[in-house]
Amino acid sequence: MSTGRPWRVVRSVGLGWLIGALVLLPALATAQQPRRGGTLVYIVTAEPPSFDGHRETTFAMLHPVKPHYNYLVKFDTQNYPKVVGDLAESWTVSRDGRTYTFKIRQGVRWHDGSPLTARDIKATYDKIIFPKEGVISARQAMYHMVQRVEAPDAQTVVFRLKFASPGFVEKLASPFNFVYKAEILERDPRWYERNIMGTGPFRFVEYVRGSHWVGRRHDEYFKPGLPYLDGFRALFIGSRSAMIAALKSGQALIEFRGVSPAERDDLVRTLGDRIAVQEQPWNCNLIVVFNTRRKPFDDARVRRALTLAVDRWGGSQALSQIALVRPVGAVMRPGSEYAMSQAELMRLAGYGRNITAARQQARQLLREAGVPEGFSFTLKNRNIQMPYEPVGVYLVDQWRQIGLNVRHEQQETARYLADQRAGNYEATVDFACDFIDDPDVQLVKFLSADVSPLNYGGYIDRQLDAWYFRQSRTTDKAERTRIIRQFERRLLDEQAYVMYVLWWWRIIPYWRTLQGYKTTTNHYVEPDLEVYWLSP
Amino acid sequence: MTRYVLTRLLLILPTLVTVAVLIFVIMRVVPGDIVALRLVLGGSYITPGVLEAERARLGLDKPMWAQFVDYLAGLVRLDLGTSMWSGAPVAREIAIRLPLTLQLAVMATLVAVAVAIPLGTLAAVYRGRWIDHAVQVFSVAGLAVPSFWLGILLILFLLTVFHYLPPLTYTPPWVDLRANLAQLVWPALAVGYRYSAVAARMTRSALLDVLREDYVRTAWAKGLERRVILRRHALRNALLPVVTVIGLEFAFLIGGLVVTEQVFNLNGVGKLIVDAISQRDYTLIQGLMLLVASAYILVNFLTDLLYAWLDPRITFG
Repeated sequence: MSTGRPWRVVRSVGLGWLIGALVLLPALATAQQPRRGGTLVYIVTAEPPSFDGHRETTFAMLHPVKPHYNYLVKFDTQNYPKVVGDLAESWTVSRDGRTYTFKIRQGVRWHDGSPLTARDIKATYDKIIFPKEGVISARQAMYHMVQRVEAPDAQTVVFRLKFASPGFVEKLASPFNFVYKAEILERDPRWYERNIMGTGPFRFVEYVRGSHWVGRRHDEYFKPGLPYLDGFRALFIGSRSAMIAALKSGQALIEFRGVSPAERDDLVRTLGDRIAVQEQPWNCNLIVVFNTRRKPFDDARVRRALTLAVDRWGGSQALSQIALVRPVGAVMRPGSEYAMSQAELMRLAGYGRNITAARQQARQLLREAGVPEGFSFTLKNRNIQMPYEPVGVYLVDQWRQIGLNVRHEQQETARYLADQRAGNYEATVDFACDFIDDPDVQLVKFLSADVSPLNYGGYIDRQLDAWYFRQSRTTDKAERTRIIRQFERRLLDEQAYVMYVLWWWRIIPYWRTLQGYKTTTNHYVEPDLEVYWLSP
Repeated sequence: MTRYVLTRLLLILPTLVTVAVLIFVIMRVVPGDIVALRLVLGGSYITPGVLEAERARLGLDKPMWAQFVDYLAGLVRLDLGTSMWSGAPVAREIAIRLPLTLQLAVMATLVAVAVAIPLGTLAAVYRGRWIDHAVQVFSVAGLAVPSFWLGILLILFLLTVFHYLPPLTYTPPWVDLRANLAQLVWPALAVGYRYSAVAARMTRSALLDVLREDYVRTAWAKGLERRVILRRHALRNALLPVVTVIGLEFAFLIGGLVVTEQVFNLNGVGKLIVDAISQRDYTLIQGLMLLVASAYILVNFLTDLLYAWLDPRITFG
């Protein structure tokens, strides 16, 4: 009898688990099962200048407009940066890497009911890569490797390249590359600046400038069962306090760009477990550009001293408490495919752990360059609080510790950009955000001033140019990484034309009723309204 | 009277032309480039040729005088042009925002008048008594507290205590009056409080001056009732400077509620002005400044006409 008791206990416990599981499993299954219906209300913090993805560069256009369109290929937001077919059913790449052939899905219908064909895809990419006169294409330069686009039949699109280009499919998957209707583009290539006609999961309903944008489900959408939502409503809210109030009240469930640590804490304090928070490294960075056309910034020793003086690791720890910056990195985003390891980083000027030694070296370099103690210069910055202001203040303090006297001038954005472009500064805080961790995209800013209009530092460095063009055509990953490393070392250490301060950190709080949402490393590939749904 | 009105109306034209010239020149002197802001900010790799093409499309490649001639030619045809940022007609951009702004201005003015005139009168009549002190405190607080800050407090109060936030999108009153008022009553209170503080102080001091006048003393001596003296003889005359203040404040509200509009997320003219300036949207700024100048001119004109109604001694010659 005594031996049977434990078994009875085990049996009854097991039975309890079984009954519990039988009761709970359907409930759990229901909880995970996407539910149809509802309208997602979200916030967009700026207004779209136009509706044309091919000409615009801002998330303010993408967030409300994107749900109306499809792409040839797109980033899978659930598994970023994986690229999946959207209108493309499949694709093949020729052996020499110069021909990409895409099979287009059948049965895709425009919102006006007409069928989509390969002709539409060709017209779309022709507009992006070879725009007609008077048509702006913001990413034309990104596709400089494309020779031509062909549509040999209704279901096939072929891209012929001048040379094999690594990451070409990722570039095609740009979230700005909405597929437009060929017939409309032929009639008026600028029609899409003011109008919407897509194949996407949501039809356009209404846009009231300064107020809101509304879409409703496209019932004939070609992906079975999608989208789950009945519709969406994007609210344009420019003020941070109004945005946070809207999230707190539940009038909006999410904003897809990001909030500061303080705003996150405020929301969590107010809403408790009704809100979830996802955090991610962000493909945006803050750098300092030195004006090499002005003394003493024409001297590499001075620029190296300035980068040596900044404690990035300490800065990351301190600033991440108050600002949306955190990862320490070089030109390629930390954690991305071509990024430097921490050991490699620590060999660069200004990335070592021993900040005292680095600052001694900085002072020595300044003395050698003839820069006196207490030397004054101005750091120009945007007058936007997050994350520019705290990072600017931090830099001023870091440089003060090597005996420099730096004035922090915060400027209105238009003035700031005008000064950068005119070279009217000594040192300026600059930034870049992108949808892709691609060396072609991240490095282009640092080509010689006569090659890249984005080089505000004014330097000419043919070595950097040569490395850039070589890596762009190198398909072997190890070799490409080696070239990128050389580029980064020269840019950030030997010449120190610019200095990376910190990369951004993305914080997305959202109401738990929103399901299926997953953050990515950028705010361009979102929202992916096709797969989101609302729980009761 | 007719001659006066016609002369005033004719004077509007040169005033508006002067405003147009000033705004045109000032905006082009201020550094900033709408094309770069739109296409380059954030590190997009745009070739210089694309930027030049866009400048040409917007007419920014022409000499300044040619741009000005185009602008004036548009004004003659009553065409304010199209927004350089959005591509939409400037008149439409303004028309979307104007109803909300006008309604808010009217509601804030009603709040101000309803509060300021009785309080100012009470303070003057009971000068030196506790009512006067209470009104003084109310007025000074109203002047010291910015309306946007009061707006933030109101929102926090509603959110914290009632878990309620006013609607974030504008519904015209003819579509749904309840939703419309639910959105606008709070900013109207926030703006109206500061406005009423200004008007209450003005009412008090003007009424005190009038109450010292001989004709008021005569009225007392004749044994008239206090109510009649105050309403018919004192307040009506004291209202002249109050009307001026209310008129100027009303005109200010047409374009001056920038921060309050942002706090309550109101899609109004003030917010549009700030956006247009920060985007260097020249055509939109020009249109908006003409609107604000016109509002000031019109309100001044109506105030002058109101003077004659309030004070029969005033004639127009």
